[in-house]
Amino acid sequence: MMESIAHLSGAVPLAVDPVPWARAQMAFTLAFHIILVPLGVSWAAMTLIANYRAIRRHDVDALRLAQRWSKYMAVTFAVGAVTGTVLSFEFGLLWPQFMGKWGEAFGIPFAFEGLFFFIEAIFISIYIFGWRRLKPWPHFWTGVPIPVAGILGSASVVAANAWMNSPQGVTLDSSGNITDVDPVGVILNDAMPLMAAHMIIAAYLVGGFLIASVYAAGMLRGRMDHYHRLGLIISFTVAAVATPVQMGVGDGLARWVYTSQPTKFAAIEMVPQTSSDVPEVLLGHLSSSGQVEGGIAVPGLASWLSDPSTGRSTVIQGLDSFQVDGRPTIAQVNVVHLCWDIMVGLGTLLFLFTLWYWASWIFRRDLPRSRWFLRAAVVAGPLAVVTLEAGWTLSEVGRQPWIVYNQMKVADAATTNTGVWLTFVAVTLLYAALGTTLVLVLRAMSRRAREHDRFQDSDTPYGPGQPADETEVRSR
Amino acid sequence: MSTAAAVLLMVAITFYAIFGGADFGAGIWDLTAGGPARGRRPRDVIEHSIGPVWEANHVWLIFVFVVLWTCFPEAYASIMLTLFVPLTIAALGIVLRGAGFAFRKAVTQLRHQRIFGGAFAISSVLVPYCFGAVAGGIASGRVPAGGAAGDPWNSWVNPTSIVVGVLAVCVVAYVAAVLLTWDAGRLSDEHMVAYFRIRAVGAAIVAGAVALVGLFVLRSDARYIFDGLTSRALALVVLSALAGVAAFLLLRGRPRRGARVAALVASGALVVAWGVAQWDYLLPETMTVAQAAAPTATITAVLVAAVLAALVLTPAFAFLYTLDQKSLLPDEGVDEARH
Repeated sequence: MMESIAHLSGAVPLAVDPVPWARAQMAFTLAFHIILVPLGVSWAAMTLIANYRAIRRHDVDALRLAQRWSKYMAVTFAVGAVTGTVLSFEFGLLWPQFMGKWGEAFGIPFAFEGLFFFIEAIFISIYIFGWRRLKPWPHFWTGVPIPVAGILGSASVVAANAWMNSPQGVTLDSSGNITDVDPVGVILNDAMPLMAAHMIIAAYLVGGFLIASVYAAGMLRGRMDHYHRLGLIISFTVAAVATPVQMGVGDGLARWVYTSQPTKFAAIEMVPQTSSDVPEVLLGHLSSSGQVEGGIAVPGLASWLSDPSTGRSTVIQGLDSFQVDGRPTIAQVNVVHLCWDIMVGLGTLLFLFTLWYWASWIFRRDLPRSRWFLRAAVVAGPLAVVTLEAGWTLSEVGRQPWIVYNQMKVADAATTNTGVWLTFVAVTLLYAALGTTLVLVLRAMSRRAREHDRFQDSDTPYGPGQPADETEVRSR
Repeated sequence: MSTAAAVLLMVAITFYAIFGGADFGAGIWDLTAGGPARGRRPRDVIEHSIGPVWEANHVWLIFVFVVLWTCFPEAYASIMLTLFVPLTIAALGIVLRGAGFAFRKAVTQLRHQRIFGGAFAISSVLVPYCFGAVAGGIASGRVPAGGAAGDPWNSWVNPTSIVVGVLAVCVVAYVAAVLLTWDAGRLSDEHMVAYFRIRAVGAAIVAGAVALVGLFVLRSDARYIFDGLTSRALALVVLSALAGVAAFLLLRGRPRRGARVAALVASGALVVAWGVAQWDYLLPETMTVAQAAAPTATITAVLVAAVLAALVLTPAFAFLYTLDQKSLLPDEGVDEARH
């Protein structure tokens, strides 16, 4: 391999070790993709809720909401599809050895993901076409496959990621090469059910809070009409249902990590030495000598949470019980632990916030009246995104140094192409532009929708072509 | 079993080449349509034509990757390692193109439409060229077996890659011109029918010339493929040429429906001919399809997903197509009834 690197250095003027850049590029593109996906998965469901209400209650505002959401959803889905296509390139461009060795197992869930993605794309198209071509109820039903395909598609993708944490369903020969594959075992690996549930609920949680924050901002600016109230109530209710469920699923997943992925768990709880009665340290960090410094320690809590049946006497395996080259580095442990604190901390904060909302509905049958509720709702959207990113970072960095847990290391999986730093720069710039444009375009669409209050399905990526008369209007 | 996977791969590549290719081709005509005023009418036809299903076509590419990395992982690793540069350019081009097209539809100011339109159009040339160059690199045996990297530059800057890249650009432009002629006819815009018809003829002549040059290049640079094309794949090559000529003859008549099918057959047959010509190699003369194949259970799982996709998506596409043909409900049919 050294020879090939030396050879390539001649061809590429600025040859740099590809591994950190490949890592950075994959992390960056996934971090971007993972924001768009929740919207793709959960927005369709919220659109259908609005659509249902529109038909049932003859609610004009709900209809406008559903029509606009379906358009924004299509733009987001289109950009998500493009960033997803890039990811499918990157698997091979950045991690050829990983794909070459494990593709026959790791790839299987993607065959099903492709199927669901296809279904989602075509039904988004049908739904948008259908606004002005189908009667209300049949049209509503053409939308139902979208969230279903979104959920199944997410479950498939997460199944692949879960397989990296729990590589099951493969038979290996003595040199570690795959000789046989059990596709069902690969897809339904032990990590998959809880990880998939955690991600799908996260999609509804993040999507709900993000959309709610837009309508809360509108209401703070004085648009206190029925339309904005409805937009806030539908999206916030979705988030408020998802948040408590997510606490439970997350707790279950953490316990799965405790039993099945002890290196990650030691990093999460920042446990240097194996012991019982482990404190839960809030913040703090691991020093270069591997000792816990700073932070607020709650005695015995980490042990108690890991297995309440044995309480504080539960033993947690420390980092020192694993080979140095088979566990996360100290810097990685600090990242994982910080992300854990952020995820659990913000998650709890969001949970308390939804309690306010529920209490207000139960006791007053209305939204909280305080403007502070709206202000908090504006902030909750971005906070939910931060929570999601923290959770995802913790899961990925916590698996280090493994790309396939206990089977293959990230460094052995990467490409030998030394130009990766260049593609990283290019991708970063392109995505920065893409993200900015997406936000600007969505805002412009919403401004336009406010200005002339008529539904046009033609300026949407999945919508029908524009009739000639509308072309005249648009080119003014 | 490995043969079934290879057939599935070929089907996915062919569908991407003809449907995705038509989208790229439309982008090329967008690029050459001239300034905002002069190019407005052709661009309207193009937008109308690509509009509803453009993203569905990228799914074919994802499907090609999925089949390749799941059913033929080692060959996939070799291809991605060796052809890193053109595949990276193609990936970036796809981002630019997709974003450019989606946003051009969504922004209203002419200035912004030009920026997004430009990104869309330029990458429409770049991406098919790169994919053609990748195909050329594989076909001419420049990708080694066993998950190893070949030459990072010569693997795609070589006679076969260049000629196949140029041919890919010409063929997608030709197919798109035929489809756009048909679309313009549907919009009853006779001026645009003539506009795209002349371009279809032009692209066909250029594509034919490039294909002829290509045969000579292949004879010296990719002998295995040349032998395949002139023996077991000969019928497909002839079919492709005949369908290509038939398409623009059919364009003159009415209805023009037959022309669309003929153009798609012309480009599809060419892609299949490549596959048949390099049979039974996946990476010519170093790795056969059977050697590269994943375990049977894996291939079965992928085939199951593919069959399910065909069962669900065929009626869904048919439904979308009928919706597209259906006229709008009177306004009271939708909006007012719900008030």
